[in-house]
Formats: sequence, structure tokens, C-alpha cells
Amino acid sequence: MSIKSKEMLSKLGPLFGLLLLIIIVSVLNPSFLSIANIFNVLRQVSISAIIAFGMTFVILTGGIDLSVGSTLALTGAIAASLLAGGLDPFLTMGIALILGLILGAINGVVITKGKVAPFIATLATMTIYRGLTLVFTEGRPISGLGDHYSFQLFGKGYFLGFPVPVVTMVIAFFILYFILQKTTFGRRVYAVGGNEEAAKLSGINTDRVKIAVYAITGFLAALSALILTSRLNSAQPTAGESYELDAIAAVVLGGTSLNGGKGWIFGTLIGALIIGVLNNGMNLIGVSSFWQQVVKGIVILLAVLMDRKKSA
Amino acid sequence: MIEMKGISKSFSGNVVLDNVQFNLADGEIHALMGENGAGKSTMMKILSGIYTKDAGEVVVDGEVVHFKSPKDAEKYGIIVIHQELNILPDLTVAQNLFLGKELTYGKTGILKTRQMEKEAHELLLRLGLDVNPRMRTGDLSVGKQQIIEIAKAIASDAKYIVMDEPTAALTDREIETLFKTIRELKAKGISFVYISHRMEEIFAICDRITILRDGGYVGVRNIPETNFDEIVAMMVGRELGERFPERNCQIGETKLEVRNLTVNGLFKDISFSLKKGEVLAVAGLMGAGRTEVAQTIFGYRKASSGEIFIDGKKATIKSPIDAMNHRIGFVTEDRKTQGLVLDFSIKENIALANLKKCSSSGVLNKEKETSMVMKYIEDLKIRTSSPEQSAKSLSGGNQQKVVIGKWLGTDPEILILDEPTRGVDIGAKKEIYHIINQLAEAGVAILMISSELPEVIGIADRVIVMQEGKLTGEVNKEQMTQEVIMHYATGGEQLVY
Repeated sequence: MSIKSKEMLSKLGPLFGLLLLIIIVSVLNPSFLSIANIFNVLRQVSISAIIAFGMTFVILTGGIDLSVGSTLALTGAIAASLLAGGLDPFLTMGIALILGLILGAINGVVITKGKVAPFIATLATMTIYRGLTLVFTEGRPISGLGDHYSFQLFGKGYFLGFPVPVVTMVIAFFILYFILQKTTFGRRVYAVGGNEEAAKLSGINTDRVKIAVYAITGFLAALSALILTSRLNSAQPTAGESYELDAIAAVVLGGTSLNGGKGWIFGTLIGALIIGVLNNGMNLIGVSSFWQQVVKGIVILLAVLMDRKKSA
Repeated sequence: MIEMKGISKSFSGNVVLDNVQFNLADGEIHALMGENGAGKSTMMKILSGIYTKDAGEVVVDGEVVHFKSPKDAEKYGIIVIHQELNILPDLTVAQNLFLGKELTYGKTGILKTRQMEKEAHELLLRLGLDVNPRMRTGDLSVGKQQIIEIAKAIASDAKYIVMDEPTAALTDREIETLFKTIRELKAKGISFVYISHRMEEIFAICDRITILRDGGYVGVRNIPETNFDEIVAMMVGRELGERFPERNCQIGETKLEVRNLTVNGLFKDISFSLKKGEVLAVAGLMGAGRTEVAQTIFGYRKASSGEIFIDGKKATIKSPIDAMNHRIGFVTEDRKTQGLVLDFSIKENIALANLKKCSSSGVLNKEKETSMVMKYIEDLKIRTSSPEQSAKSLSGGNQQKVVIGKWLGTDPEILILDEPTRGVDIGAKKEIYHIINQLAEAGVAILMISSELPEVIGIADRVIVMQEGKLTGEVNKEQMTQEVIMHYATGGEQLVY
């Protein structure tokens, strides 16, 4: 076997894992395979997958972003409040996305210009953004968003028979895949994670690349916030708590190295699907929610251990 | 005495050693030489128990041994000191020396700190190194850390010490101390295997030399009875011809002028000029500030004061991007940490400094990228099966060519080469000299930092010498000798090996 095809095989490992999981779950409970349930899984996955796509960019540069859940909550709350106040839904969505971009860019600036480790910087902004959400909402959910058809469609509608959030996720996937694999920016992302010093000495503005990946992540967190707010027709101040951990888990399950420089976004999609199928499957089988956490943790651990074996 | 006979080893069908022999007498310094990939390190890894042999026999002090781990080899007094030192920089000197064999009060695990510090100090004094055993080891120079590694070996009763490229990161003065230490230990009956690419050092310190080529045994020679040319011929299996190829070159007008360049605390008032088609070498000891000057010209370091002129016009260079816009290229000293993204392919590495060229409006163009990369793979004779091969898996010489290729892609008019042949085998060295010549002939102004004086003399048109952050001399081609350059590099002291 050539080096290339061997590499390909190991890259597709997570996909085999997902298929195996689907087979196990559908044998234990055939109703898993009903269209309604599959759409349900995909709709749930779309929110975490979109966040995990952003996380992939950040982790590829060797960073981490713990603030995604708080960014989701803050942008969601502001969007809900604007809608409740009667603002045009498209304008609202635009404002929320730009706000997400800015919140992300702030992370990037603190990390690059302030030279703060990504873990610490985003741990701080995670707390700040969550606190701002609580201040803004006074700790209460925001509802009464009105019945804008276009906004409702975003989280609950169907497009050509598919749930709109799933379509959004797929479109986001293809755009981000293209950016990572086919553009100079994507190449720079890998270079910064692979060897920052060599990248800098090759004339790459590494600070700019890093700020951009955090901004992209903030933007995608805001996109998830819009889907979630539309689905629930309200914004919760505690929305998105521990989403950062699910996103990191999806990235890692997809085979992307936490050291940066190695990985791909297709793996993250599979990783997010594995977590989604696992959650849904355990519900269908009737595993208690306490045990579900244990199983999820074990799956993540096994995936990483197998990855270690492979690379050793 | 160690005897290795008929040693063979293969990895997944690839024969890396085929019926190789090597023997090491007591109190002998024995060089092991060969191009990269000749099998030197595999041979030593078998001796030290890291690899197991497929066939052959290893006899230590008359006893046939089968080492399964480095611990087994250690029991017979065989210790390897790797190029990357096995020192924990945050521990003290004494803690490093006694790492894994700390002295304790019985089995309690309570450390006899005082006693270890005292013994460490005494042991190091015997090796000619007077340091405070409570010092943080990372604060010592690489040369001193090396002596500590040797002391560690001695402390564990080593009789046979294998040293892999021990001098690669040492200043000449430190090399001198190291050699003195090695000679003293040799007089006490300790034997050394000395792996190095530096011919001058091997002739200065070794008694015998064994040469390997492509995993096979070529021969053994007594150092006093052989010469440079014979060794090179044995290593490459052919006559290599002139070690430094001729250059036919018109030196043009001044391309780069540096005036009073200063970075506080690193170097001061550096002024020189470089002409089109000229190869200007920067000589000096390690730590003289040569790399830092290059990094400052390239915008990787911020200058405290001073000016840079390119084509007679003042240039403002604040980042590598600015430098590249002024058509400056910089082949950095350390390929692995600064030159390459090791997980990237050859193609991706060469394209890294040329992403604009390989794309249109931000989208990579596969054909443009591949055709550019193929050109440099051919021009530079990079030995690879495919441009998709990862940089990590290439030999040192080929890695260096990839870094050079990356910069040639930017069409540099000024090319800075920092130690371009370090850790590169002799065949690849000559190819790199050839590339330098071709570039100079094409009018590129070349600034070459090198610690290998024969290389400086063989390649440069002119040499400037730095010592402790200051420019101490300039020597023209006609006056260039090792003695003159060393005189400036050491501030007047003459050094002898």
C-alpha cells in the first residue's frame, strides 16, 4: 500500500467508527433509522457541528477556544431581544453574525497582541461573555420574538425536504472545507499550527491568521445561536453551556491533533455525528442520562487511544 | 574491547545494514563515518541496545552479548551521548548528574542533596569544568552541558562512550575543552566512538576510522596513514573531484549596505556592504551574534538603531514580509525548527513562501504549485519519489535543499544562508556549494554565515568576522587563512585543537 492510501485509510477511521455505531444502534432499536429520527439527529448535530467547524480552524493553528458557548448565548440573547423589539429579521441576523465575528476577533487579538495563552484568554472571555449575557438578560429567558416567517424557517423549516439547519450545516461544511483545503488562507492555517516560527520566517503574518480563525469561530458560534434561537423561539441565558467541550470532542474524534497542524474538517463532521448518534441512540435504547455521560467519555478516550496507537 | 561482526539489519524489507563490522579497542577514539543513510546510527543503536540485530555477533570484553534495551548495554559500560542532549534544563547540575541514580538515606527516598552536590562538583572538576552544582543546567552553555553528559556517563562507570555529532553546537573553545576531556579519559582506558561529519576534527582527535557506505562496510584506516581525499573517496565510492567547485563570476555593484546596525544586548554597530554576484561569508564563534544580525536584516528581530540600504536606497524592514518585498531570502540555520513545517510535504514547504505565486485571488492553483515545485526538485536534485513526500522523512541534505528551494521560488536578489551545510553529508554539501555558485553567477548577492572555516575559505569572495557582537575584521580572498579568521574571531587569541 502506498503512503498516500495508508494515510487515507487512517483518516477514514472515524467514518468506520460512525458506521459501526449506526449499525449497533439500529440493531438495538430499528426505529433509529426512521426518517423522522434521522432528521432529528441531524438537526441536533447541526448546531454543535457548526461550532465544531470553527473549533477545527482554531485547533489546527494549535489554539483552543473555550468561549464558543458563551458567544452563542450572548449573540443569541441580543438577536432575540432585537427581534422582540421589532427589528427586521435579516438585519437582526446580520448584526448577530457580525457581533459573533467581533467577539471571536477579540479572542484573537488578546491571544496574539497580548500574548496570552489561548486556553487562558478564552477561559476569561468565556466568563466575561457569559456574564454579559446574564447582565443583558437579567438572568431570564427572552421570548416573544414575534412570528417572522423567515426567522422561524431558519431553525424549524425545510428546504427541498431537508431541515434548514441541516442544509445550513452542509453549506457551511463545503465552504469551510474549500477554504481549508483549496485557499492560501487554509494553507496558512495549517502552517501556523505545524511550525509557527517557520511560517513567520516564510513571510506569513501569523497574528493575522490567528485573529482570523478566532473571528471565524465567533461567527460560526453566532450562526449556531441563530439556529438555536429560532428552534426554541426564545433565548436562554444559560444556552450553550459546555458546548465548547462537545466541539473539542468532535474535533478530536475526527482525528485532528490538539498540537495543531494536522487534521481535517471532514473528520470534525464525522466526530460531531458520532456524538449526535451516540446521544440519540442511548436515548432510544433507554440508557439513563447519567450513564450516557460515562459512555460518551469512554468513547472519546477510546478514539484518542486508537489514534495514538496508529501514529506510534 | 568491542567487536561487532557480520551485523545485518533491515526494516520492513529495507536493508539498512548488510554484513557490517566494527571494532573498538580499549582506550581508543574510533571515528565512524559515512554519508547520511550509510548506517552509522543504526549500527550504534544496535550496539547500545535500542535496535536488535537481524544477524551477526556483538562481543564485549570477550563475551557474546544480546542487548535488548539500552539498560542491558549500560551494564557493559556502553553509553551513547546523542546529538540532542539528554539534559533537563530546569534541574540543577547535580540533579542532572544523579538523575535516576540519586543517593538516598537507605531505601527511604530521602535525598542526600549535600553529598550529591559535593560529588558532582568533584567529578566535574576532574573533567576540567568548575561550575556550581546548584546552578540551573539550562543556564550553562551547550559545551558545558556536553561535559555534564560525559560526566553522567563516567558516573555510571561507562567504558565505551558513543558520541553523535558532539561538536555541532559548540564554539571552538568549547571543542578544545571537550577534546582535552576526551583525551584524558582515553588515557584512563575509556574508548570513544566518534560520529561526525567534520573531517578536520576526526583527524585531530581520532586514532582509527571506519567507513560505511549504503549500509555496507567499506574499510578501516589508521588516521596517521590516511588522508582527507582517501576518506572522501571511500565514503562516496567515487572521486568527488574538487571539494569546492570553481565559480566564474562577475561581481557587480553594491546591492546591500548595512550601516551601524545595532540590537541592544546582542550586537553593536555592524556595518558592511554586499555586491551583486558576491559571496560574503560571516565567520565567528557560536554566540558571536551572526545569526541575530541576519535575523535583523530579514526583519525577524527589531533593530535598536542603524540603517539598511538596498540598491542605494534606504529600506525600511520591519517584518519578514517587508524583507521579502525587498527580494531578500533567508535560509535559516535550524531546518527543523525554523525552516520547515515537518508535517508538510515537500510541495507544501516549497510553496509556503510562494503562496501568492501558486494561487489566483486566494485560491490555490494545483498546476501552478506542482510545476513550480517540480522545477526546484529537478534543479536542486532533491532525491524523492514524489513531491507529496513529507519533509520529515527526508535526509538532512534533502531537507536543506527543500528550504533553499522555498527561497529560490521567491526570486531573491539577496540570499542569506545561515550554516547552509550543517548536518549535511559530503555529497550534498558539494551540491549546495554548486547551487551557491550558480546563484552568484546569476547575480544574486549572497550572505553566508558559516562556522566551518574550510567552507568559508573555499566558497567566499570576502569574509567579515564577528566576535561577541562586534565586527572585528574583514578579510579578502587573497589573505584568507584559518589562522587570520580565527585571530579576529577570538579577539587575538590563537586556538589550537
